[in-house]
Amino acid sequence: MRPLTEAETRSVFEKLGKYIGENIQLLVDRPDGTYCFRLHRDRVYYISEKLLKVAASVPRDNLVSLGTCFGKFTKTQKFRLSVTALDFLAPYAKFKVWVKPGSEQSFLYGNHVLKSGLGRITENTAQYQGVVVYSMADIPLGFGVAAKSTQECRKVDPMAIVVFHQADVGEYVRNEDTLT
Amino acid sequence: MGRKLDPTRKEKRGPGRKARKQRGAEVELARFLPPEPEAGRKKLSSHGRRRAAKRRLAAGRSPATGGGGRGPEIKEQVSPQKQKPAVKTAGQTPHRQSGFSDDNSKWLAPAKAKKTPSKGNNMELSSDGEVEESIWEMEEEEDGSSEEMVDDYGASSSEEEELLPIEKAALKQKADRGGLSEDDSEEEEEEKEAAEEARTQKMGQKEEESPDLQLNLDIDEQFKLPTNEQIEREAVEPPDLHIIHQRIKGNMEVLQDFAVKREEGRTRQEYLALLRRDMAAYYSYSDFLLLKLMDIFPLPELINFLEANEVPRPVTIRTNTLKTRRRDLAQALINRGVNLDPLGKWSKTGLVIYDSSVPIGATPEYLAGHYMLQGASSLLPVMALAPQENERILDMCCAPGGKTSYIAQLMKNTGVILANDSNAERLRSVVGNLHRLGVTNAVVSNCDGRQFPKVLGGFDRVLLDAPCSGTGVISKDPAVKTNKDEKDILRCAHLQKELILNAIDSVNAASETGGYIVYCTCSVMVEENEWVVDYALKKRNVRLVDTGLDFGKEGFTRFKDRRFHPSLKSTRRFYPHTHNMDGFFIAKLKKFSNAIPQAQKDEEPAVVAATPSTVPNTVMEPQPKKKKLEGSKVDKEQKPPQPALKKRHTLQAQRRPLKTGRPSAKTMRPQVPGRKKHRVKQKGQ
Repeated sequence: MRPLTEAETRSVFEKLGKYIGENIQLLVDRPDGTYCFRLHRDRVYYISEKLLKVAASVPRDNLVSLGTCFGKFTKTQKFRLSVTALDFLAPYAKFKVWVKPGSEQSFLYGNHVLKSGLGRITENTAQYQGVVVYSMADIPLGFGVAAKSTQECRKVDPMAIVVFHQADVGEYVRNEDTLT
Repeated sequence: MGRKLDPTRKEKRGPGRKARKQRGAEVELARFLPPEPEAGRKKLSSHGRRRAAKRRLAAGRSPATGGGGRGPEIKEQVSPQKQKPAVKTAGQTPHRQSGFSDDNSKWLAPAKAKKTPSKGNNMELSSDGEVEESIWEMEEEEDGSSEEMVDDYGASSSEEEELLPIEKAALKQKADRGGLSEDDSEEEEEEKEAAEEARTQKMGQKEEESPDLQLNLDIDEQFKLPTNEQIEREAVEPPDLHIIHQRIKGNMEVLQDFAVKREEGRTRQEYLALLRRDMAAYYSYSDFLLLKLMDIFPLPELINFLEANEVPRPVTIRTNTLKTRRRDLAQALINRGVNLDPLGKWSKTGLVIYDSSVPIGATPEYLAGHYMLQGASSLLPVMALAPQENERILDMCCAPGGKTSYIAQLMKNTGVILANDSNAERLRSVVGNLHRLGVTNAVVSNCDGRQFPKVLGGFDRVLLDAPCSGTGVISKDPAVKTNKDEKDILRCAHLQKELILNAIDSVNAASETGGYIVYCTCSVMVEENEWVVDYALKKRNVRLVDTGLDFGKEGFTRFKDRRFHPSLKSTRRFYPHTHNMDGFFIAKLKKFSNAIPQAQKDEEPAVVAATPSTVPNTVMEPQPKKKKLEGSKVDKEQKPPQPALKKRHTLQAQRRPLKTGRPSAKTMRPQVPGRKKHRVKQKGQ
C-alpha cells in the first residue's frame, strides 16, 4: 500500500472530475475526518485516516481491500473507474440521466441506454460528458458517458444510443470475482 | 330458472316470476327422503324435539326402533354435529331420570360409547359410527314407528344387532390389515388377542362395545421387534419407506413408555439400535451422526429435528439501514411483487420472504445495496455483540460478509472493522458485499485467524463465527448427514479452541466500551459449542455474560460424562424445529484481565524465574524471555491490574521493536495451548 504518485493522482482526479467536476475537494475534506487515496495492487482505495492506521499493520500479502475501491490502473496506466465508486459519485454528480423503468433491466445487464429508455436528462449536458445514471425512483444505477448532448437527444430517433454504458450495479452480481 | 334435480320430472308451476324460483333443497330433497311419519305432526325445532323426546321417555320405554318425531330428516343428514350435542344431552337425561337397571342396560350402555369417541366429527362412514347410525335410524323411521328412544345411536337392541354385522365386517377387515402391517411372527394370534385385550381394557367397557371403537385403536397394537428372518429379508430388498416410517413411530411409542410396552426379554438397546437403523434409512443419516444427535435431543424432539432438516428454512433478508429504511424497502419490494413480513419482534431490520415473482437476489434494490440475503440466525450473534460507534472490531471468519456488514451498519460506518477470513476465494464475495452495501469503515484481510493478535491486537470487540461441522444447517447442505464422522468433529473442535483463545487474546480487556468476544457456530454438537467455551473459561481470564437474546434454549451445563461451568446457562442454542431458523450456538464472553493465566504445573519454574525478572528493565533472550515475563506477570496478577498493564507496556517496548513502529496496547503472545492444565482462578467469575 502506498500513496499515489503525482501522475497517478492527476489521472484519478481527471477521471473523477469528468463526473463530479470541482467537487473533488468535498471528497477529500469531509466533516468526519480526512480521507485519502492509496494504491494497493494497482487498485485505488479511498479511506479515512483512521482506517489507514489499521490497514497499515496488516501484511501486504494478506491485505485484500481497504475502505472503498474507486477503480484500478490498467497495464498502460490508464485509470478506469469502477462501479464501487458510485456511492461517492452519485451525491456530487453534476450531470444526471434518468432511465425509464422498462429499460432499467437492460442497463443493468450492461447495455447502452437508448433514446426510447431515456426518462430525463440534465440540461446543458455536453456530448461525451460523464453522467451518472439513475432509475426513476432516484436510485443510482451506474454511470456512463453521454453519447449525445441534450439538444441532440431531443432530435434523434428512438433507437439511437444516448448514453454509453461504463459501469452499473448489475456488475456486483455479474462480475463479482473481478471486483477484487 | 333454477336447477332441477330430476330433469324427467316436471313440476307444475303457476304463472308469474316468483313461481319459477327454485324452492330450495328441502323441497327438492323431500322426494328422496322417506316421508314424515305423521303428516299431521308439526315440524319441531331441535329444542322442541328434545322436549318431545323427554315426554316420550317419561311415557314409556320400549326397545323400538330409533328416535323419531324429529324434525326434518334433512337436518340430521346435513348436520350430524348438531345431532351429537342434542343426543348427548338426551343421552344424559335418561340416565338421570330413569337410572340403570338390567332392563335398560342395553340401551343405556351405548350412551357411554358416544362420549368417548373423539370429537373429530368426520363424515367418513368407516371411522364414525355415529353417522352410520343416524342413517340407519333414518331408514327405521320409514317404518313409521312412533315409539322411539331418545338417543339414536343404537338405542334399541334391534338397532344394535343391525349395526354389529357391519361393525364386525369392518373389524375383520381391520384385523386383516393390522396383521399385514406388523412384522410376521408366530405370535400373531396372541398379539391380536393381546391387542384386543388391551383395547377393551383401555376402553374399560364390555366386549360388545369394543367393536364400536376398535376403529380408533388401531395404533395401539403392540409393536414388535422384527425377527432375524425379517431383517434378512429387508436387507435384500429395497427399503420400503412406508413400513420403516411406521416402524419408527411404533418404536418411539414403545420407547416412551418402555416399562409397559416392551417385549419381554428384549433390551432397550435393541429397540434403540433398531430405531437408529430405521432413521438412518429413512432420513439418510450416518449412524455416527444419529448417535450424536440422540445424545443431544430427547426422542420426540429428535424426530422433529430430523423432519425440520428435510425442509428449507424461510428466506430472510436484512435491511441495510445505511441506505434505506425497512418500511421503505418493504414497500418497494411489495411493489415489485414480493410477499413479505417483518421477521419478528426481536429484529428491527429483518424481513421474511414468503414468495416472490422476481428473483430476490437480483432486484434493483438488491443491486443498489438496500438489503442483504441473510439467514435469520446470522442476525443473532451481531445483536449479541452489540458494537458501539467508534470502536475497533475484529471479525475473524467473516465470509461471505453478512455479519460484517451488519456490524458496520450498527456502527453507522464509524470506527474500524477488520474483516478477516482465511479463504481467499470467499473473500471476493466479502469485498463485493461490503462495497455493494456501502460499508466504508472496513479493511479486509486474508490471514489465518490464529495469526491474531500477532498481526493486530487491542480490539474492543471480536466476533468469532468459527468454522464448524455444519450440523445445524443440514437443510442447506444435506451432504453433512453422511460425510461427518468423529475425526471431523474433533478436528473442528481443535481448530475452534485455538481460534477462541486467539480471539480472546486480541481483545483489550481495558477498553472502556468493550472487552467482549462473541463466539458462535452453526452447529448443534456439544463438542464444538459448550466444550470449546468451557475450555476458554479455563484457559483465559474471561467470564460468560448474558447474550442479550431473550429467546432460545439455554446451553448445556452438563453433558454425558462432562461437567461444564454453570455459567454456560447464559449461552444460547437455536434449533430449526423450535425456532424455524438454522441451528446455532451463541456465547458472549467478557474479558476482565489482559493477563494470561499460567498453568499451575509451571509454577515452579515461573516462581524461580520471577525473582530475576523483578529487575524490570533488563532486555532478555527470546526463549526464556517469554517464560520469565509470564512468570513476572503471574506475580503481577496479584497486584491491581492497572499498574500491571503499565509495567507490561514498558517491558514490551524495550523487549522487542514493534513491527509497526508504534507502541500499542498489545496483549502478550499466547502460550502454546496444552501446556497449561490448570488455571489460576480469578475472582469475579
